[in-house]
This record gives sequence, C-alpha cells and structure tokens, in this order.
Amino acid sequence: MTDTSTNSSAFDAEKEAGFGDYFALLKPRVMSLVVFTALVGLIVAPVSVHPMVALAAILFIALGGGASGALNMWWDADIDRLMNRTRKRPIPAGKVAEGEAFAIGIALSFMAVVMLFLAANAVAAGLLAFTIFFYVVIYTMWLKRATPQNIVIGGAAGAFPPMIGWAVATGSVSVEAVLMFALTFAWTPPHFWALALFVKNDYAKAHVPMLTVTHGRAATRRHILGYTLALAVVALALGLTSIGGPVYMTVAVVLNAMFIKGAFAISRRDDAACEADQHLVERRFFKLSLAYLFGHFGALLVEATLAPYGLGGW
Amino acid sequence: MATQIRAEHELHRRRLSRNVGLGVVLLLLVALVFGLTIAKVGTDPSDELGVPGTEATQ
Repeated sequence: MTDTSTNSSAFDAEKEAGFGDYFALLKPRVMSLVVFTALVGLIVAPVSVHPMVALAAILFIALGGGASGALNMWWDADIDRLMNRTRKRPIPAGKVAEGEAFAIGIALSFMAVVMLFLAANAVAAGLLAFTIFFYVVIYTMWLKRATPQNIVIGGAAGAFPPMIGWAVATGSVSVEAVLMFALTFAWTPPHFWALALFVKNDYAKAHVPMLTVTHGRAATRRHILGYTLALAVVALALGLTSIGGPVYMTVAVVLNAMFIKGAFAISRRDDAACEADQHLVERRFFKLSLAYLFGHFGALLVEATLAPYGLGGW
Repeated sequence: MATQIRAEHELHRRRLSRNVGLGVVLLLLVALVFGLTIAKVGTDPSDELGVPGTEATQ
C-alpha cells in the first residue's frame, strides 16, 4: 500500500480543543449574570468610579467568576460524564484535560483577584477571593454532594457579584450591598427548583442529592413557596434603602405579586396535574424568575440613571 | 492515481482558532492595563502624577 493520504483516525481532530472550548470552561452564561449584577452594584453605589476602572473591575470580577467555573468543571468532571446535561462540557467531551482546566482555573483566579486589587481596592479583591473559595471549596468540593440544600449554598456564591461591584466603588459593604446579595441568594432556590420540577435530570445517577430526589417533589414545591415569600421581603426591603425609589418599588411590588401567585399555584399542584399540562405552571414560573431578577436589578439601574436629574430615589 | 495530502485539516483550523483567540485576549489585556494605568495616574489626587493643581504638581 502506498496510500499517503492523512489518516484522520491517527489523531482525533474532534478531541482537539478550539478557543471556544476553553471559553466554555468559564461558564459564559453564568458570567453574563455576574457581569450584569456586578455592574448594577457598581453603578448604584453612591461613589462614582472612573469608567475605565469600572470596565476593568467588571471584567476582572467576570474573570474570577469564570475561573471558579473552570475549577468547578475540573472537580466535577467525574459526575459531568454521567449526566446528559453536562456530558458535552469540554472535560467530559475529551477536549480539555482535567489538569489543564485546573491550571487555567487557578491561574485566572489569582490573576482576577490581584488585578481587581490593583484596579479597585482590597475589600473588593478580598470579596472576589472569598467568592471563588466559597464556590469551589465550600459548594463544589464539600456541600454539593452532601446536602439537598446544595442549590441554596451555590446560590450564595452567585449572589456576591453585586456586593463586589458596590465594594469596587465604595471600598466597603453596606446594608444596600447586603440586600442585593440577599436578593440573588433567595432568588436562586425557587429558580432552580422550578427547573428541577420539569427537566428530567439524572442527578441521582451521579449521586448528587437534589431536593426533588431526596425529599420528593411535594417538599420541593413547599420549599419554592417558602423561599419565594422570603424573597419578597428582601426585595421590598431593598426598595426602602437609599438605592430604591418609586420605579424600583413599583417593579418589585408587581413582580413579587406575580412570583408569589406562581409559587402558590406550584405548591397546590401534584404530579398528575403537572403531567396533564406538561408542567405549564412550572415552566411559566421559571421564565418569570428570569424576568424577576433582571427586572429588579434593571429597576435599580433606572433609579441610579434618573438620580442625576432629580427623578430617581426617594 | 496520485493521492493528495490535505494541507488544511480540521485540526489546524482548531489550533488556529486557539492561537488567534489567545492572541486577541492578550492584546485586549494589554490595552486594558494601559487604559487602567492612564485612568489611575490621571485622576487620583493623592497620586504624585495626579490631576493638575494638586500638591504634587505645584
């Protein structure tokens, strides 16, 4: 045989990572939420920041979030291989080696924290470092596989960005920053548990204790209602602070009324009703939860934008 | 029948995307740090190179 054509099977081109595969390690969809909420936290703060410093700070906060995503994928590679939703991630797909993801995650984490310190201040950098530690060590390594409250704990990590944004501007943490944190923190469980009710996940196969599996779907429905009520209190309390105002309060009252109505509807349903209408109520609630978070942070942004014209705020 | 070696393999395309992507990211990082430096030294009153009219420039 004198066939000199290249033999594709000798090296599997499909396993060669492109730039997009490395970018996917940083969980870009999660990063978009991080960027948005951190930006709102930074803009609504009472201290103005140079636009270049603000841009750099937001990028480094996003980079820190992305780095923790890469470390999460490194640690969870074993269970990602087992679940359909995560099977195509860069590590289980064989495109990025586990060690490579670990190195990228660690390097970007240090870079993001150091650069945020140089661009902004020690408080913001410290909060970013804590967020990465919390998400990677406390959530991913420790509690995700240990407790059905894993979503609640993971939500705390996702709730830090507006607080970091606030700290970039002010160099400190105040009640407004804490309530912005609490808003995302209390929003995460109803958001994810609603999704868990209508998406067939294979967490059980991966031995990840999800509330729907460990305590049943009825208990999950009650949990959704409980967190939704707590969330409403936080959302309205945020409206009474210095960053709230009539626009925010109107949006908050409307969205929380809709959210509570949806949570009550979910709590009254059973699986037979869900199957009958193909989880219509749960799907609507999940969609509403996306509008809910963007609506609240968007309204805070509107208040801050109107403030220079004497229109925003109380 | 002469056989052909494909010069452009999928593998090369992926490697190119990786290299170009990393190059662009590094250039953006340089631009960001440069912009940040200009912003920091130009606006910080406590900085020796701070805004005109402050102690350091008088």
